Amino acid sequence: MEKKNPFLRQFKSTWAITKKDISIYYLKPPVLIYGLIFPGFLFLAFFLGKNMPFSSLLPVVIVLALFFTSSSVGPIITPWETRMHTLERLVSCPISLEFILLGDILAGFLFGVGITLILSVFAIPFLEIGLKNLIILLGTILLSGFCFSCLGILLSAPATDNPSNIMMLSNLVRLPLIFISGIFIPLNKLPALGRLIARLSPLTYTVDILRYSLYEKCDYSPVLSLTALFIFTIVFLFLGMVFHKRNLSKRF
Amino acid sequence: MDLAIEAKGLTKKYANVTAVNNIDFQVKKGEIFGFLGPNGAGKTTTQRILTGVITATSGKASILGYDIGRETFRAKNRIGVVPELANIYIDLSAWSNLMLIGQLYGVSEEDRIKKSTELLRIFNLYERKDEKTKVFSKGMKQKLLLCMALIHNPQLLFLDEPTSGLDVVSSRLIREMIAKFNQEGVTIFLTTHNIQEADELCDRIAVIDHGLIATIDSPENLKKEFQSMQAIEVAFNPPIKSEDDLKKIEYVNKVQKIGDKFKLYTDNPDELIRQLLNFSQKRNLNILSLNTLGPDLEEVFVKITEEHKGWSYGKEKSFSKTV
Repeated sequence: MEKKNPFLRQFKSTWAITKKDISIYYLKPPVLIYGLIFPGFLFLAFFLGKNMPFSSLLPVVIVLALFFTSSSVGPIITPWETRMHTLERLVSCPISLEFILLGDILAGFLFGVGITLILSVFAIPFLEIGLKNLIILLGTILLSGFCFSCLGILLSAPATDNPSNIMMLSNLVRLPLIFISGIFIPLNKLPALGRLIARLSPLTYTVDILRYSLYEKCDYSPVLSLTALFIFTIVFLFLGMVFHKRNLSKRF
Repeated sequence: MDLAIEAKGLTKKYANVTAVNNIDFQVKKGEIFGFLGPNGAGKTTTQRILTGVITATSGKASILGYDIGRETFRAKNRIGVVPELANIYIDLSAWSNLMLIGQLYGVSEEDRIKKSTELLRIFNLYERKDEKTKVFSKGMKQKLLLCMALIHNPQLLFLDEPTSGLDVVSSRLIREMIAKFNQEGVTIFLTTHNIQEADELCDRIAVIDHGLIATIDSPENLKKEFQSMQAIEVAFNPPIKSEDDLKKIEYVNKVQKIGDKFKLYTDNPDELIRQLLNFSQKRNLNILSLNTLGPDLEEVFVKITEEHKGWSYGKEKSFSKTV
């Protein structure tokens, strides 16, 4: 067994974890409620009756779908597995905690990107979008999906076996983010302090670059937005791994 | 000596609690090693350290020659684990559970299918392999956990309370399988508070209490060490109403009334039998039955753990024993 490349084996194990997560968690009620239904109603609550053209709503639809779906799977997995005592079984296997978490991140990423791409496929024919911008759109969806999934894992780091505690914490963080990131109010209409705070949210850069890919209008340069998203991804990933490792022995 | 496990100065502290306190022990390859102790003694924490689930605060443990702290994956590849609480994925089928664990141990698809089929047949689960395990009984879940622990042909098997809460039939099957796998060369580390199970299966037993190893020996040697816990069980006709007279007989350490019989604890059964014959003749009593009883492991265990009550952690070296 050990003659094989150990990294390749860890990645294969990671994929096994992802497949397990897909089978078990995609249809769990908290994922469906906070990942699909809740953002759907949030969208309707803000835009129903505002008589805006569908094309102007598309970045909002995409960003809400991507943000809530990608970040809703991660928070449920670790507390659920702590409660069901399956985490201990996984940790006793020859796979590191980092690769277990990577498997969970991939599950959130695939869920978010999958749902968002389905929405986009139906919406994009209504828009006139060039190939270059389509590539930027896809790149943004992929990078942001991974970034939000890492955020979901970071949010699940507190050592609890109660998934609803983590879902509450998760919403406590996610809901304010959508109000400070230029989703409902464009960045240029925010006060100076609002614009400053908006820079601290990864969603800001996702929305901005999505607007660029659809209308070629943006507040930051696409390179800056992609770089910021990349940095947020690394920070969420690193902090998630560190906090999960630190709290592991408290889970048993 | 060929060792499966070697623990040196193993300690685990949680905030103000020392769950495992500077313990040393060795397990030889091929043996069934029992790890006994009351609830909260540190059994499960020790197993978690040895299986790489948690790290020790200090000390060192080698598993089949590999340092569990530094060569974790090499060690983990060679061990199978059945943790204390049932922890299969209840939303997956028995088959999917086995495939998942097989993949995590790097078992090829062909071997996974072959070994899973073989194990599920041995444990009478094959017919229900495609059912979600949420409908499985506790016994079935425990058998599946054992299958999951064996899918990669481990050399060392860690079992934490493998028969706890199971019906007699399931317990017996699991014990038979433990003995069978051991005969085939698998070393077993059995964490339990079921003394009969340890007595029946183990080559050697370690008793842990308050995070300290109280003693390590074979079940028979442990019983021999507690000669004073040998007993004579006797019944008289007409029955004796008070046990006070029996307490006055020489060589009687303690008297216990069990139904219409008396259990007399002694460290000299031979002399006590002579004294009992005199006692019955003097009082015109018939001896209806008389049996000599060796100390059973349960009594030895209670005695050991009682002896250690009141010891402070500062004194652990006084009774921590290394083999």
